[in-house]
This record gives sequence, C-alpha cells and structure tokens, in this order.
Amino acid sequence: MVNLPLFIIIPLGVAFFIPMVSRKFKWVPDILGNLTTFILLLLSLMTLNREYVYHIGGWRAPFGIVLVLDGLSCLLLIIINLISFMATLFSIEYIEKRFTSKLRYYSLFLLMVGGMNGTVLSGDLFNLFVFMEIASIASYALVGFGCGSSELEASFKYLVMGNVGSLFILYAIALIYGKTGSLNIADVARILKEIPYDNLIGFVFVLILTGFMIKAALVPFHSWLPDAHPSAPAPISAMLSGVVIKAIGVYVIIRIVYNLFGFNQIISNLIVYMGVISMIIGVTLALLQWDLKRLLAYSSISQIGYVFIGIGLGSPFGILGGLFHLFNHSLFKSLLFLDSGSIEYQTGTRDLNKMGLLYKKMPITSFSTLCGALSISGIPPFNGFWSKLIIILAAIKSGRPIVGLWIVIGSILGLSLFTKVLRYSIYGKGEKFEKEKWENLKEVPETMCIPLIILSILCIFTGLLLIGMENGIFGPVIDVLNGGVLKYINKIIGV
Amino acid sequence: MNNNEKGMSIIVKTVTRWIKGFIFLFGLSIVLFGHLTPGGGFPGGVIFAATFILITLAFGKEYVLKKIGKTLASELDSLGALLFLIIATLGIYFSGIFFSNFIEKTHPTGNFKLFSSGIIPLCNISIGMKVGSCLFMIFIIVSVVRVIFEDGKGKLITTEKKDKK
Repeated sequence: MVNLPLFIIIPLGVAFFIPMVSRKFKWVPDILGNLTTFILLLLSLMTLNREYVYHIGGWRAPFGIVLVLDGLSCLLLIIINLISFMATLFSIEYIEKRFTSKLRYYSLFLLMVGGMNGTVLSGDLFNLFVFMEIASIASYALVGFGCGSSELEASFKYLVMGNVGSLFILYAIALIYGKTGSLNIADVARILKEIPYDNLIGFVFVLILTGFMIKAALVPFHSWLPDAHPSAPAPISAMLSGVVIKAIGVYVIIRIVYNLFGFNQIISNLIVYMGVISMIIGVTLALLQWDLKRLLAYSSISQIGYVFIGIGLGSPFGILGGLFHLFNHSLFKSLLFLDSGSIEYQTGTRDLNKMGLLYKKMPITSFSTLCGALSISGIPPFNGFWSKLIIILAAIKSGRPIVGLWIVIGSILGLSLFTKVLRYSIYGKGEKFEKEKWENLKEVPETMCIPLIILSILCIFTGLLLIGMENGIFGPVIDVLNGGVLKYINKIIGV
Repeated sequence: MNNNEKGMSIIVKTVTRWIKGFIFLFGLSIVLFGHLTPGGGFPGGVIFAATFILITLAFGKEYVLKKIGKTLASELDSLGALLFLIIATLGIYFSGIFFSNFIEKTHPTGNFKLFSSGIIPLCNISIGMKVGSCLFMIFIIVSVVRVIFEDGKGKLITTEKKDKK
C-alpha cells in the first residue's frame, strides 16, 4: 500500500532541502531533482487501480482532512509525475546553458509538483485551495524565471489573472462553509443534497466555475496563457501546458461538477458550448502566430476545448474520450514544448520564419516534432486520433451532431496549423532563413534527447490503452464520475 | 539629523535600540504560547520579522545585511519549513499516521501548561521561524532589487554588491 502523504512529503521536503545544501555542492539540485521526480513516477504507477482514503492525523472524515485516491486522482497523479520526470530530465542541460540559478529552479519546480499532487489528492475544499495556491505561486515565479522585461511582464499578468481566479474560488469556498458548515467535499455534497436549492448555491457554483476556468484558460478567460507559456523556460512551458492547467483547472472542475454539485443538463450545455468556443477561437488565433511557442500556447487553449466537450457530454463514452484526450494532450503538448525548447536551445530563435530544414541537422528533434504534430492533429495510429474519434462518436451518440461537426472543423484547422509548423521549421524553410547559422547546427545533448524519444514512443503507442474501452484501464476513472455524487459520499464518509 | 550616517535620526536609533529586544521577546511569547492564547506561529513570525524591519528602517539595510545576511535568512526559511515537515513525518514513524500528535497531550499537573499539547508548540516554533525569515527576506529583496534598462530591455539586478564597493 502506497502511503498517500508521500506524494506531498517528498517533493516539498526536497524542495526545501535543496536550497540548504546546494550553495556548497553544485551537483546536488540536478541529482536530487531527477531522483525525486523518478521516485514519484514509480510511486504514482503503484497507485494504479487502487482506491484508498487516508485520514491525516487520524481524525475521521467530516472533521479531519482526508486524502482521497480514486481512479481520477490516480490518472492525474500519473500524468503529473510522468511529465515532471521528463521535464526535469530535459532541464539538466537546458537550464545549465540558458539560465543561472539551478537551485532556485529545482526548488520552485518541486514545490509546483508537490502542490499539484496535493491538489489532485485532497478531499477537502480548503486544502485543495491551499495546494492549488502553492502550485500557482511557484508557477508565477517560474514563468518570470528569465528575469527579462517580457518574462516579468508575462509573469505579472499571470499573477494578476491567477489571483483574480483564486479570489473567486476563496469567496466561493467561504460561502460554501457559511451555508453548510463543512469543507469536506463529500460532506458538503451530502448536505447540499439534503437542503433545498436556493440562489446562493447557484451563485457559488458560478463563482467556483469561473475561478477554475481562469486557471484552465478557457476562452473568455484565456488572456494570460499566450503570454505566460512562451515566456517560461521550455520544461516549464511543457509542465504548464501539459500538466498545470489540467491539475489545477480541469481536474477540479471535473471533480466539483461530478462529485460535489451533481451533473445536469444545464451544466452539460454550459461546459460543452464553452468547450466548442474555446476550441475554435484557440485554433484560429494559433493560425495567425509566427512565434513557435506562442502558437503552441494558443493550440493548448484549443485542445482544452476538446477535453471540456468530452467531459460535458456526460455519457460514459464522452467522459472516456475527454479523459483520454486529457492524458494524450499532456503527452504530445509537453513533447512539442520540449521540442520548441531544443530548437530554441540550438538556433536561438522562436520565430518560424527564421528556421528551416532542421531535419538534416537535428534528426531526433525533427522526428519527435513530427510525432507530436501528427498526434495533436489526429492522424491515425497516433493517440490523438483515437481520443478525438471517441469524442466525435460520443457527441453523435448523445444527440449533438452539430458539436461533432465543430470538432471535425477544429481538427482540420489544427491539422493545417501543424502543417504550417512542419513546413516552416522542419521540412521547408522560412522567409528569413539564415544559412550561415544553419550550417553550424548540431543535435541537442543526449539528456535532452531521451525525454523527446520516450514521449514520442508514448505518443505512438498509448492508443493501445483503449483496449477494452470502458472496462479497460480507464474503467475506474469513468466509475468515479459516472457514479456521481452518492458514490463519492459513500466512499468517503460512508453514510 | 546627521546626514553623513546611514539610517534615520539619533532619536529613532536610540528608541529602536531600547525596544527591539522587547518586540522580539513579545514575538517569542506569542509563538511559544500559541496553543494556549490567541496567536501562534504566523503572528509571532510576523512580529519577529517586524523587529528586523524596524532595525532596517532605523539603521539602514547595510547594517542588517552585515548582521544577518540573505543566505542565513534563506537557510532559516528553508529550515523552518523542513522542521515542520519532519515533525509531521515523525508521526508516521511513531504511530503510523501522517501528522498524528505523537507526544503525550496532557500535563501531569493539569492542562494549560506550556507543554500540554503534544507537537503543536513545536509546529508553532517552526512556522514562526519560517514566517519570520520569509517576511524579512521579502522586505530585503524589495529594498535591494532594482529593474534597470539596458538597450531597451529591462533587467533585474541587486544593488547590494554595488553598495559594498
């Protein structure tokens, strides 16, 4: 049995230990950072297919703090720790060359990982808020890690928007506590089922949904993301786009909608149409970009739209598609961001116009970019194809063919978007192509290549996870959500 | 007012010299009796930080940086957090549960004594350490770091090294 607090103890402990020893021993941050994320990855794989409620301090559920491990948290734990291991592996050379302070970098990185692990495990609203803030504050600092004017500006913008979101969430939590007298998610759900509906509950729902949609960067609330993600160092962009917006945004929305307030038709419509708007506007704005990382950031907004459509459909098939796309997106988007990082590492530019013909000089980077681009635009047999297919089928099955049509349009736009990336950076050349610079290009160092290769292989083969469909590896996750509020209450406080 | 010296006037300096110890002791009592009276690690830590901020304001930042230094403050900051985590983790070692209160909670001569609530005073001390050094660090960083513009690009620098020369 995995001791659940280890997911919080290990990253936080190492994060505070690194600054104490690394001033004397310069090699400590690299070794400790990578070792920690690797151990966390192994631990998270051990939680597969287990359900467990941990009472912190030995206090029973409605009174004390609980950590809850179920299918959904397990999926998110695996995503977080897998991508963070890849990102730390990539960071060894990348941070060495481009940035200065490794000890601060790893310290903040592990704080962020610890915060996200806590967010997905917490069964208590206020603890969820605290862990979410740990992760957010660490990511504000990491976005501004370069300390240039554009980085600081992006970081400040992210901080302001993120804090507005946090304020909404905190206000909603205070109102929930005033109404029900409890903060345990299961206990709040139980009390909300017993008392009659009034407008306050609706207001709380809107506040909490707005707050977390800011964190998840859905379209009306997305303005911080296209600045923040490109400004961060590449491994951090991969973490932000691949994990952070999911762990502290999408995950919490799923949990709150399905296990706290209960799912109904109005919420379903709201989430599906927000998803469609986000998907189309995100990809359209991405088509206009020439900065590679900014383009990928806009594409993230669009891909989160797919996840929301899948989740919002509410049928088991839709949930399967949404969660599978969430998993796939974290793989291929972090792969693409790491690729953009290694291209920037060698060429020193993010402008698509100045790149070109990279396939001759950087074969591994080019191949992994190709894998990522094919997955994200939904070409079979890559994983992105299967998840998009399932979402489209689920939309048609639950009587929303128009939504299915919009997804097809979004996918075609996405394909053209990544054709542009491949055309200008890898196989063709841009208008301001610099030949002298290109002659001297080399492939990136080995430690940077390893995560690219692993993620490419995962992109090709994770389509196989779908074997057995709803009863397969995603079965427990769908159970958690499809069981709705009652099952969640029963599991935690056993009414 | 003597303009040649750094910091504020002699009146402020003298008063600060007298009361800084009392403020620090007040913070200490707030931390140590956090489980019995209103207060605790956080307010006590804020008062610790207030002592050093008062000294910084009265004597200038060079005086304080010479005595404490950013490295020491940063290490105390990490140490506070680590101690809190270690106390919580010791619960797993002693009773198998994270954050369990493994020290005996009642005092032989009755409650409301200093050591009557198990690990809570220890947690308060570590929080006090963390909050005090952290707030002091924030104050120092805000007073030391500047943004300068070179070739139209903003850059963060510390003025600390410049002052030493």
